Amino acid sequence: MAVYSKVEQRRAPSNTKGILHWLRDNLFSTPLNVALTALGIAILFWVIPPFVKWAYTDANFAGSTREDCSGGGACWVFVRMKIDMFMYGFYPSAERWRINTVYGFFFIMMVLFKYLKSASLKILLAHVYFIVGYFLVSGGFFGLEHVPTDKWGGLMLTIVVAAVGIVAAFPLGVILALGRASHLPIIRSISVTYIEFIRGVPLITILFMSSIILPLFFPEGVTFDKLLRALIGIAMFEAAYIAENIRGGLQSIPKGQYEAADAIGLSYWQKMGLVILPQALKVAIPNLVGVSIALFQDTTLVMIIGLFDLLAMVRLSAADSYWLGYETEGYVFVTFIFWFFCYSMSNFSQKLEKRFNTNLR
Amino acid sequence: MLALLRNQKVRGILFQFLTVVGLVAFLWYIGNNTVANIEQRGIQTGFDFLSGTAGFGIDQSPISYTEEDTHGRVFWVGLLNTLIIAFVGIVLATLLGLVIGILRLSKNWLIAKLARTYVDFFRNIPLLLQLLFWYNVVLRAMPSPKQSYAFFDMFFINNRGLYFPLPDYNTTFFMILGSFVVALMASLALNRWSNKRKENTGQDFAVLPWALGMFILFPILAYFLGGANLVFSFPALMGFNFKGGKTLSPEFLALTFALTIYTATFIAEAVRSGIEAVSHGQKEAATSLGLSNYQSLKLVVLPQAIRIAIPPIINQYLNLTKNSSLATAVGYPEIVTVFAGTSLNQVGQAIEIIMMTMLVYLFISLAVSALLNWFNHKMKIKER
Amino acid sequence: MMLRSTIVKMSLATVAVLSFGSTTLSADTLSDVQKNGFVKCGVDGGLPGFSEVGSDGVYKGIDVDLCRAVAAAVFGDAKKVKYVALNAKERLTALQSGEIDMLSRNTTWTFTRDASLGLNFAGVNYYDGQGFMVNKKLGVKSAKELDGASICLQTGTTTELNVADYFRSNKMKYKLVSYDTNDQVLKGYETGRCDVLTSDQSQLYGLRIKLAKPDESIVLPEVISKEPLGPVVRQGDDKWFDIVKWTLYGMLNAEEAGVTTANVDAMLKTDNPDIKRLLGVEGQLGEQLGLKKDFMVPVLKQVGNYGESFEATVGVGSPLKIARGYNALWNKGGIQYAPPFR
Repeated sequence: MAVYSKVEQRRAPSNTKGILHWLRDNLFSTPLNVALTALGIAILFWVIPPFVKWAYTDANFAGSTREDCSGGGACWVFVRMKIDMFMYGFYPSAERWRINTVYGFFFIMMVLFKYLKSASLKILLAHVYFIVGYFLVSGGFFGLEHVPTDKWGGLMLTIVVAAVGIVAAFPLGVILALGRASHLPIIRSISVTYIEFIRGVPLITILFMSSIILPLFFPEGVTFDKLLRALIGIAMFEAAYIAENIRGGLQSIPKGQYEAADAIGLSYWQKMGLVILPQALKVAIPNLVGVSIALFQDTTLVMIIGLFDLLAMVRLSAADSYWLGYETEGYVFVTFIFWFFCYSMSNFSQKLEKRFNTNLR
Repeated sequence: MLALLRNQKVRGILFQFLTVVGLVAFLWYIGNNTVANIEQRGIQTGFDFLSGTAGFGIDQSPISYTEEDTHGRVFWVGLLNTLIIAFVGIVLATLLGLVIGILRLSKNWLIAKLARTYVDFFRNIPLLLQLLFWYNVVLRAMPSPKQSYAFFDMFFINNRGLYFPLPDYNTTFFMILGSFVVALMASLALNRWSNKRKENTGQDFAVLPWALGMFILFPILAYFLGGANLVFSFPALMGFNFKGGKTLSPEFLALTFALTIYTATFIAEAVRSGIEAVSHGQKEAATSLGLSNYQSLKLVVLPQAIRIAIPPIINQYLNLTKNSSLATAVGYPEIVTVFAGTSLNQVGQAIEIIMMTMLVYLFISLAVSALLNWFNHKMKIKER
Repeated sequence: MMLRSTIVKMSLATVAVLSFGSTTLSADTLSDVQKNGFVKCGVDGGLPGFSEVGSDGVYKGIDVDLCRAVAAAVFGDAKKVKYVALNAKERLTALQSGEIDMLSRNTTWTFTRDASLGLNFAGVNYYDGQGFMVNKKLGVKSAKELDGASICLQTGTTTELNVADYFRSNKMKYKLVSYDTNDQVLKGYETGRCDVLTSDQSQLYGLRIKLAKPDESIVLPEVISKEPLGPVVRQGDDKWFDIVKWTLYGMLNAEEAGVTTANVDAMLKTDNPDIKRLLGVEGQLGEQLGLKKDFMVPVLKQVGNYGESFEATVGVGSPLKIARGYNALWNKGGIQYAPPFR
């Protein structure tokens, strides 16, 4: 007769839970890891306390003159005093509400986008937004004072360049992508040449070209605004990159989709517009956000052709003889703004990627 | 007629024909206007300016250059400086990117998070801003030459740059240089031999210690064979500046830092996603075959990861090269700064000069995409 | 490779297109300006005394005054100017490409610029020469002692050519640090990136007052070049060229004749035939330029004569405190000499 003895109850595996275990597992599992952890902590200590001391503990926030910056740390007074310049450039202060209104409209539009279902309505709304935005910022009608583009500057110009760049480049990018995927040899080689040419040269040379050579292309009397020329250059540049990403999307569409569209007798444009592009764009969106981030960073280059975007405005303000020596504060401020925008966009794109991934499993 | 229009082939040809006509008309319009504008404004055309005297100085030049040289020479100086900064940036960014990418996958939580923070931070800040920060904030804060930071009286850092000793170019120097090349070749040959042996006999051969040994031993041998006559020229403060040795200008340093740090984030991401893309099953299969961790990494994971990671990395090399044109913001004399900048301004022939500059970059990128094609072809999974 | 061959074909096509067509267009800057309602004038924008933007956003300086004078001559209103701030690199192409109608940005008149760039210099509004500024602590008394120095300068100017010539002819070596804008040059000098700042002498004084400690820097006595600075217009439009030229000469002649902002109204009734012709009371000189015959009246009323403009912007009464020197009239020991209004 078999004898069954009661097995001793095992203790709960306490040493696989809790902070201590986590620490051991994640930070001190091997001698190498211990060393790496020590290195990591050293780096943190080397970077964070001095920065906090400079940017917060020893820094000056209050006041309005250079003399108020008596602590050894950062002089945020400089940023506070110049913030209008950073945000709006030389835009007349009495008219700045117009820009703020455009910002406000943007948020209203975003909220509407959340509740609107119809895509065509969304597109229409976006178009209306851009038109209204342009007239509000530029002025010159309905009693609004005209503000010439050489007064535009700061963050506002950065946003204008980035937004207009992307929006203007998108249709061209779609056409180029379709051209590159086309079966017509001449169309394809024109698209390939354009895309590869633009992608092969730095943005700065394109900006030089659009600011110096472009006026020579048109008859005497036809002149473009400096900003418009930069925008043309940026849109031309960006279109090539957008095209490449959309092409990636196009390639991911199974051949069956094309054949099915052909089989039900759709024309080329119907096929592309109704069947292929909606799917391809969906695939391409995360990458397109990536392109937008890159473009947003690239807007700083307009400084080199003499436009005053946010970064250029900071440099200009730091060259003010009264505020000499506070360049660092300005750079930290710009860093924060760019980082905030770019990081939120890249998080957004990761979210989109996850959301769109579900049906591609 | 209408039936003809419904024919897809005919329509295709017609559509292409119209596009070509439109494009040619557009180019003709532009060309016409340009010629008219140039003629009317009396702007000189042609490439004669390339043989004209430049007349201005360039601080850093890998080839000999004086003010009496031509604009053509300026072009080459700028081009070489572009290639130099691109090469240095690529090497450093690859090293840093590899390290950060591997650290991101570290089991150590703190290190993985730090590496991630690095990537998230630096890739989201415009390169131009980083460049200006290094140049205007960090390197400007260095002391004046008379109060330089000195290390062993051989290396000096001040607001004029980094100074370090440089050996004179004599027989010993070149022998040692040659010995490195020989060691490299020998190591490659050894590696090949060991791979072949492994395929034939299954026996392992540790190449690394041998290769390391060669890299240490050969230069030492070369030193004595070459007459043991290695003379260094040391930087020393004379008059306004340091003389002797080699200088890296602040412009060069700032550009190197900015390009390296920025591009490394993208390379790190490529490395990480390459390694992560190798499916888990592959690693498990390797383990179940009884391969050690090191063997599974070397023989199973890395060969597949490299195939995925290399194309984006090469693209980043191309981006780095193009981004080196930002040098014009700090005045490092590469092609955009000296040729599309100073020369353009002296001779004023914008079309020719900007086209030449664009062609340089276009040529580089065509060369790189040829390299990429070759790599993709070579790395294609050979299905048996 | 298909791609490469396409590119080659495309570029060949472009070259072919570029080399064929050749229709000339008529150039009439004056009517363009009148149609626009303002003069597009290229200036520096960051150079005290010559052209700088005040904290109120208003441009001022001796170069700016010339833009205003031309606007006053064309429209009777000195405010009808659209300023385009240009760096040294962009300025000439901006003019060639038609982005601006005239350039008044301390630009040196040289043979090459005049002959091969499709530009015309419409006179000299400031006679300058290139000099050096160093820190007093270096103990340098003469430019001849600058062997081995690092030199900061603005790129895209005649400055870098003059420096090269000067050091070469004196068998000295130097290290060049070049920047795009004067602000960068000044910062480079101030933070010690270089020992010497070189530029036109007038600019050196202007830049020096921007330093945190102006007294610690001195301008060396050597003047190493001739720098006649003046307004520039595009070649091929003689009418516009004459307008800019004679506006400047008008201001010089007004100083010579003693016509000022204050007395211009009274001078309309003078008997002096020179002044009568200048102010358009007698003859139709202005109409020959395509302007009103009394085009100089608003110029003098709103901008002033050359001497007034000089004193207010760069002269002894301004922060720059530059003496007239070469820029005095020919009959007062200088070399400013304007052809007569006749």
